[in-house]
Amino acid sequence: MTTPSAADGARPASGGRAPSPAATDTDQAGGAAQQPPLLELRGIGKNFGPVRALSDINLDIPAGKVTALVGDNGAGKSTLIKTISGIWQPDHGQIHWQGRPVQLHSPKAATDLGIATVYQDLALCDNLDIVQNMFLGREQLRHFQLDEIGMELAAKKTLADLSVVTVRSIRQPVGSLSGGQRQAVAVARAVMQQAQLVIMDEPTAALGVTQTRVVLELIDTLSSQGIAVLVISHNLNDVMSSADRVAVLYLGRLAAVAPIEDLDTASIVELMTTGRSDVTHGEANPARAAHQPAPAGGGAPGQDAVDDRAGEAP
Amino acid sequence: MSTETHQPPPESAEQGDDIAVGAAQAAAPEVIATSLGEYTRIQLRRIRSGESGALPVTIGLIAIVIYFQARNSLFLSAGNLVNLLIQGAPYIILGMAEVFVLLLGEIDLAVGYTGGVAAVITAWTVFSAPWWLAIILGLATGAFIGLVFGVLITRLRLPSFVVTLSGLLGLQGLMIVLVARSGHGPGGSIPISNQYIDDLTTGNLSVTAGWIVMVVIVAAAAAILLLRDRQRRSAGLVTPPLSVTVLKIVVMAVAGIIVVLIGNTNRGVSVPLRGVPWVVLIVLGVLAIWTVLLGRTRFGRYIYAIGGNAEAARRAGVSLNLIRTMAFVLTGLTAAIAGIILASRLGSISTDLDGGQLVLFAVAAAVIGGTHLFGGHGKMLNALLGGLVVAAIYNGLGLLGMSAAATYIVTSLVLLAAVTVDALSRRGAQQT
Repeated sequence: MTTPSAADGARPASGGRAPSPAATDTDQAGGAAQQPPLLELRGIGKNFGPVRALSDINLDIPAGKVTALVGDNGAGKSTLIKTISGIWQPDHGQIHWQGRPVQLHSPKAATDLGIATVYQDLALCDNLDIVQNMFLGREQLRHFQLDEIGMELAAKKTLADLSVVTVRSIRQPVGSLSGGQRQAVAVARAVMQQAQLVIMDEPTAALGVTQTRVVLELIDTLSSQGIAVLVISHNLNDVMSSADRVAVLYLGRLAAVAPIEDLDTASIVELMTTGRSDVTHGEANPARAAHQPAPAGGGAPGQDAVDDRAGEAP
Repeated sequence: MSTETHQPPPESAEQGDDIAVGAAQAAAPEVIATSLGEYTRIQLRRIRSGESGALPVTIGLIAIVIYFQARNSLFLSAGNLVNLLIQGAPYIILGMAEVFVLLLGEIDLAVGYTGGVAAVITAWTVFSAPWWLAIILGLATGAFIGLVFGVLITRLRLPSFVVTLSGLLGLQGLMIVLVARSGHGPGGSIPISNQYIDDLTTGNLSVTAGWIVMVVIVAAAAAILLLRDRQRRSAGLVTPPLSVTVLKIVVMAVAGIIVVLIGNTNRGVSVPLRGVPWVVLIVLGVLAIWTVLLGRTRFGRYIYAIGGNAEAARRAGVSLNLIRTMAFVLTGLTAAIAGIILASRLGSISTDLDGGQLVLFAVAAAVIGGTHLFGGHGKMLNALLGGLVVAAIYNGLGLLGMSAAATYIVTSLVLLAAVTVDALSRRGAQQT
């Protein structure tokens, strides 16, 4: 399994941080860990009418690690992150945050815990400048007025800590920024809100080569600061170069969770398209594999429908 | 900084200089310029890229003034200019009222009759109540009308266009009913029976007081600007060049001196009449308070945020319904101020009030001044400058003896031109 040296070799920025990568990774299989993972999903299920979007998802998100969430269209990636970020409540299962069970009734509840989601559309106001966007909804006040200087200094520091490519002025409207810079602002905003888990939805989808590199470096910086990152991506190159662990969703089920070293692009693709892989079983331990057929075997008509549709797609 | 002005090249080269060019095109020059020359260059680049600010409307205003002065030399006489300021005050304040909702990407078509109903309430109650209470009642009426609009628009999710259009009709009817019920308006008009309310527009500062007030205002504004710069500098942040700040203060001082000089020139025909009208101070006061509200408070920040990207604001935890409703309340309140001032100028409030024309002028004032119709961009100062343009056209065409029809048509053309400039500059900004 993962050794610290392997992680160091692959990604020096994050490898040095995590106290014991091997321990946190194997913890998925039920190994004894002193500290509970930052976020634990236990048997999460979500139905939309008859359609079973998620069933029995068991996933740990450890601090200081980049977890990539991959899967084909309709595999349930969006549903899963919306559940974690409080937009939708799961129908089954429990969410544990730092070892304690939590109810994420609203996006605000998740944000207050320290779960920040950077959506694909970034949710930035183009007409506001970088500082204004970073503090939107949490403006600092001084003498009953906006504390522009305090906010600007704090924003500047956060951006510097993230080693974001220098923008000429952090007082320029976000609408004038490039895609990578906008992504950086959105992430910096999350970091400044004391996020401990940053969820990024397709962070590099609309970006060119240089900008993608900027964002991947940003992800590295985040995890090296001890922040857990959950990245959803279609781009397996990005996944391979930035993630510590990969979680593969297939038709609403977790097909595999494995350290990146145990997987290659081919095996990930196989997992994404068939739900199983001969190459590796990684963390997808036999126990989980054994109880996975149960929901499908329940014969939910919606599940069949999803299966049929997925079958036609290729 | 290169001098090229085209769009930033594709992102492969997106470092260093290119970012600087991109920033220069969009950022306020205050925050990146380090000298007056650079400030000017950045400002010019901004205008070309669609972020025009107050310059086009200022140039337009100067052109209009020159045109009317050439046609009729009375235009720039002290008497007419003071008259123009008093005439323009309701348009300017209605424009400011409209800015709140335009920033959200909404519109309020009922500001004219909101002001009308508020003025009726004030004119009616002042028969039996003290003048200040009557004004407060009028303002409360305007705010309440705005509250009703806001609640309908946010809770029932109705389009503001339709809600306020029905308000335009309904409030006109309400005005007629109220004037008839008041028992003070047999001819369909309630006279302003109180000296203080009358003085809002007819009263003047004394010659000396005019100078003192002007000096105090300019000094206070200069102190605020300089203090802010100093705070930024001591915090180690980029500070606008001193020359730019000084230039702004000089412009303010010159404008102040001109207004006071005009106001203090004798404009009386038989008896001497001089002094800056009170209404100038009222307009400046409303401008100052609303500017601080929009620029320096959370509420103001959220208005811009919702206008820019409502979904982003919602995700950031901003209560969209509350802020939107509050904006309509403030629009109603501000419209009430305008209505009371209009009644003060006319000496009465009549059911003949053309609330539809007032809305046209209000939207024109805001948009001509540079407020975007689709939300997110604009300032209270825009409404002041735009309102002056509208008032200058209205006044100038009247001076030339043009018919009401010509006034309508010219105003509508100016509005159309302003919206076109707005739309074209937005398109330009999107392309870069």
